[in-house]
Amino acid sequence: MNNVECLECGADVRVPNNVMQGEILKCGDCGIELEVTELSPLTIDLAPMEMEDWGE
Amino acid sequence: MSARIGILCSRVRIEEKLLFAAFEELGITPVRLDEREMIVRIGEFAPEVDVVLERSISTSAGLVAAQLLEAAHIHVVNNYATASTCADKVCTTIALAQLGVPQPITEVAMSAESALAAIEQMGYPVVLKPAIGSWGRLLARVNDRDAAEAILEHKEMLGGVGHQIYYIQEYIEKPARDIRAFVIGTETICAIYRSSPHWITNTARGGKASNCPITDDIAEICQNAAAAVSGGQGGILAIDLLEDPERGLLVCEVNHTMEFRNSIDTTGVNIPLRMAQFVLNTIEVAR
Repeated sequence: MNNVECLECGADVRVPNNVMQGEILKCGDCGIELEVTELSPLTIDLAPMEMEDWGE
Repeated sequence: MSARIGILCSRVRIEEKLLFAAFEELGITPVRLDEREMIVRIGEFAPEVDVVLERSISTSAGLVAAQLLEAAHIHVVNNYATASTCADKVCTTIALAQLGVPQPITEVAMSAESALAAIEQMGYPVVLKPAIGSWGRLLARVNDRDAAEAILEHKEMLGGVGHQIYYIQEYIEKPARDIRAFVIGTETICAIYRSSPHWITNTARGGKASNCPITDDIAEICQNAAAAVSGGQGGILAIDLLEDPERGLLVCEVNHTMEFRNSIDTTGVNIPLRMAQFVLNTIEVAR
């Protein structure tokens, strides 16, 4: 199990063992969404904001 | 040679993880295609896949990607024709009407003035929806003329060009729920009630999911709706139904990249596995 540091508040964010590139992690402290952009090395970025044409 | 499956997605939601796992269960490791990383030279695009399951969270990006893939002779599920019909509520409504599938009375206007006249003629309350949009975003129940004028002015002044198409539907006095039915091909494999004290019952907006037994009426209307939006062949679709107290079931909308995380345990149906099997079957048919 890996943890990453939240880019917004610095809290530890838990990363599941079966994490996939493109998966979204949510910071339990500040609630911001983080996108896993690389698996090796594990890299995160702030997730894109919801767009008008998203979802189903 | 085993089939080369692509899953097109940018954001990997729970649904996409379940779909990757479902294909693995069937002995296939899908290739992930991220539309944000695609650079396509028209006429020379040759992705190394046989079929792509389109799961983009962005409707517009998913539609463009489907066009590009089909132009490269890749089979896409859902295909572009079906997806584009479902993505735009005006197109969906036309397709349903052409096959006589029951749906709420709908009017389309292309100016705020015409929209106000249409609303007044239909009678309050009415529902205003963006022609393209999901998750219950920007839906408005319009209860009186004051609200109509305010919403129409906001759409006219603040909305993009897409919001200058006014999609107006009668408000259905449904029980505090709607039905989301999951269709593979043209078969309804399971359905949920989405219950909420709010008139918008999307689970993305807090609606609670519970199992909805598939009745003959549900199966029939879903089969017809799926056929209507897909030229008869069906697809992987989620059909939202409203229970009108007098007319019975009405099709509210048809979704072409459905979310289903709340519906697997609720219904006991392995939706992602059924989706994966359908995708594989479509390759056999295409061959």
